[in-house]
Amino acid sequence: MAARIHGGAGAGAATALSTFNPKKLVAPSRTNLPAARSSKRYIVAAAGSDASKKSLRVGHSQKLIANAAVATKADTSATTGTGHELLLFEALQEGLEEEMDRDPHVCVMGEDVGHYGGSYKVTKGLADKFGDLRVLDTPICENAFTGMGIGAAMTGLRPVIEGMNMGFLLLAFNQISNNCGMLHYTSGGQFTIPVVIRGPGGVGRQLGAEHSQRLESYFQSIPGIQMVACSTPYNAKGLMKAAIRSENPVILFEHVLLYNLKEKIPDEEYICNLEEAEMVRPGEHITILTYSRMRYHVMQAAKTLVNKGYDPEVIDIRSLKPFDLYMIGNSVKKTHRVLIVEECMRTGGIGASLTAAINENFHDYLDAPVMCLSSQDVPTPYAGTLEEWTVVQPAQIVTAVEQLCQ
Amino acid sequence: MALSRLSLRSNNPFLKPTATSLPPSTRRHVSTDTTPITIETAAPFTSHQCDAPSRSVSTSSAEILSFFRDMARMRRMEIAADSLYKAKMIRGFCHLYDGQEALAVGMEAAITRRDAIITSYRDHCTFLGRGGELVDAFSELMGRKRGCSDGKGGSMHFYKKDASFYGGHGIVGAQIPLGCGLAFAQKYSKEENVTFVLYGDGAANQGQLFEALNIAALWDLPAILVCENNHYGMGTATWRSAKSPAYFKRGDYVPGLKVDGMDVLAVKQACKFAKEHALKNGPIILEMDTYRYHGHSMSDPGSTYRTRDEVSGVRQVRDPIERVRKLLLSHDIATEKELKDMEKEVRKEVDDAVAQAKECPTPEASELFTNMYVKDCGVESFGADRKELKVTLP
Repeated sequence: MAARIHGGAGAGAATALSTFNPKKLVAPSRTNLPAARSSKRYIVAAAGSDASKKSLRVGHSQKLIANAAVATKADTSATTGTGHELLLFEALQEGLEEEMDRDPHVCVMGEDVGHYGGSYKVTKGLADKFGDLRVLDTPICENAFTGMGIGAAMTGLRPVIEGMNMGFLLLAFNQISNNCGMLHYTSGGQFTIPVVIRGPGGVGRQLGAEHSQRLESYFQSIPGIQMVACSTPYNAKGLMKAAIRSENPVILFEHVLLYNLKEKIPDEEYICNLEEAEMVRPGEHITILTYSRMRYHVMQAAKTLVNKGYDPEVIDIRSLKPFDLYMIGNSVKKTHRVLIVEECMRTGGIGASLTAAINENFHDYLDAPVMCLSSQDVPTPYAGTLEEWTVVQPAQIVTAVEQLCQ
Repeated sequence: MALSRLSLRSNNPFLKPTATSLPPSTRRHVSTDTTPITIETAAPFTSHQCDAPSRSVSTSSAEILSFFRDMARMRRMEIAADSLYKAKMIRGFCHLYDGQEALAVGMEAAITRRDAIITSYRDHCTFLGRGGELVDAFSELMGRKRGCSDGKGGSMHFYKKDASFYGGHGIVGAQIPLGCGLAFAQKYSKEENVTFVLYGDGAANQGQLFEALNIAALWDLPAILVCENNHYGMGTATWRSAKSPAYFKRGDYVPGLKVDGMDVLAVKQACKFAKEHALKNGPIILEMDTYRYHGHSMSDPGSTYRTRDEVSGVRQVRDPIERVRKLLLSHDIATEKELKDMEKEVRKEVDDAVAQAKECPTPEASELFTNMYVKDCGVESFGADRKELKVTLP
């Protein structure tokens, strides 16, 4: 059965990293483990064409979304078969399970991932199916088990390391920065570290300051890692699978509040490209770049904006490191205005880096300065109203767009 | 004991390279007998939560001779590195292992190349013990492309994947969880191999050691944690940094063994014992009582926190190479002259390697961005010169 890469996650085969190479899946030294099942060939689904797509990258196939504002639905649905509906955490679990079935080198380690089923149920049922050696309940020692995952990866295993909350991974920062990110380089290419480090982060519902951190801003400088953020069940499953198959260390950022999003995803196997952004809503007037939970605030604002007569183009950047500057650049070329909406804090966040990158690369295309809406530079307060004020709200997005589009 | 003719069909793995490199004049006299002989270690083992291994070590003349040669080579390499550093050909940090050679050599004698070793930044000799070439070591130290890490790692980042040598790590103690991960992978793939995780007395106070030890003991991982106790954590003596300097006992529920790390035969025995133990019962801690003659690194004279008398005292009484020399002479395995000739050869070997390494080119500018990601992606990295590395739209 041929699998398809669906639109919105379309693969420009000529560009960026191809994360998929079935031959690379089995490390030659691991003779005792059976080889991964030979994988299916992937073909790119050729979707319908549209005039506005001419400015988009050649070979980028995607299904066009109607120009009406789309509230919260992701853009894609199966072009064949009926697909099945599930919640985001189930999509992550499906992706993880499929990859564990496919490749016996994949294992999961983290706190309460095994018998408990995972604190957000992402690993539910996996311990019963795969056993204790492949789904490992670790004691509470992030530094040690992250290091262990990296050490195991040096030999060819592919651990998926879960941080129960991204904030806890600060304790493992040394391992992530020095060992995970740098070993491939400092060993002259001898070792690859195919780990996936994943976990929920972001501002939740009154979880308090320490449990509402956005680690993507701290990790973004680490050379040698890739960072992706999922936002829909569709891209959650696709990114999980791609991250596991990638030979590079990938940090997959999930969001505490998005685990119960429901969407219909294809029945057949698919992966998303790790380095690509997702076109959520094409438009003409302004490019809004966002990721993770803020995507939904942006789409909510988009509804209001459309009613007011604006036509925003919304891109979910998905790949936080490296940025998909091709899609972003093409969009800027078209609209000449950029608004970045992110959940990181103002100082040193993803938005800050993205602003710098856009200004450097696409300065000539800009009609107005790049505006970046971020969370406030404060520890997230407990009180509900204050917490609301720390993150960007749809009303602020509308105001910002109006300001930029004057 | 009669000296036997050189046998080129000796099955001691360490002897093969030695045999072919000996010039004809010395071949006649040196014993390369592989018949097993038993030698008692000078000091007994002290154990914690386990039975100590026997003091009688099974070895052979050929093996002891190979110990001598390997340790002499390591010693020579470190001294050459010292001179190169002072000549500013090696920069940055350079941590030398001279005095501790018995550890690297004794360990290798007890294990195979499929057993993994991971260590800290004092890794030059461990790399050599794993089969690394002198030229590769010196090239890496001098930042040449020929180096074992393409010149991009430096002194603290030697790796040799095909010999299961996992480095070479700069952050104190960070290699311990990595090492337990290696052991986990060995258990996962059901190989009957073990991992030796080396760390120092300074790193023994790191929290991650205890975290990793807990997991290793919980999951029965074949990890052997080896504390290279050279009594100084950089400038701080063990009595000033550890409430309990009995590092082999600190595992509490994990068995431990204290070993005289300057006695290569004791090290060999302990590692052999530890390997058998780890494969059956999970982790074990080996504390190797050893000493380094140089300071912590080349920036540290090594004399502000210890007296010169102490250093020279250890050199006179406990030097590992001298011990093996005495053993060889007392058992009539080699004569004084032969050993001196061997040392001369080793010295020449090292000098040749240094000269060769000096000729090697430095890495190209484009190497800056290689091996960042696997299959270096088409997206360009942003370098200091933005004019060169910008994204261009099609």
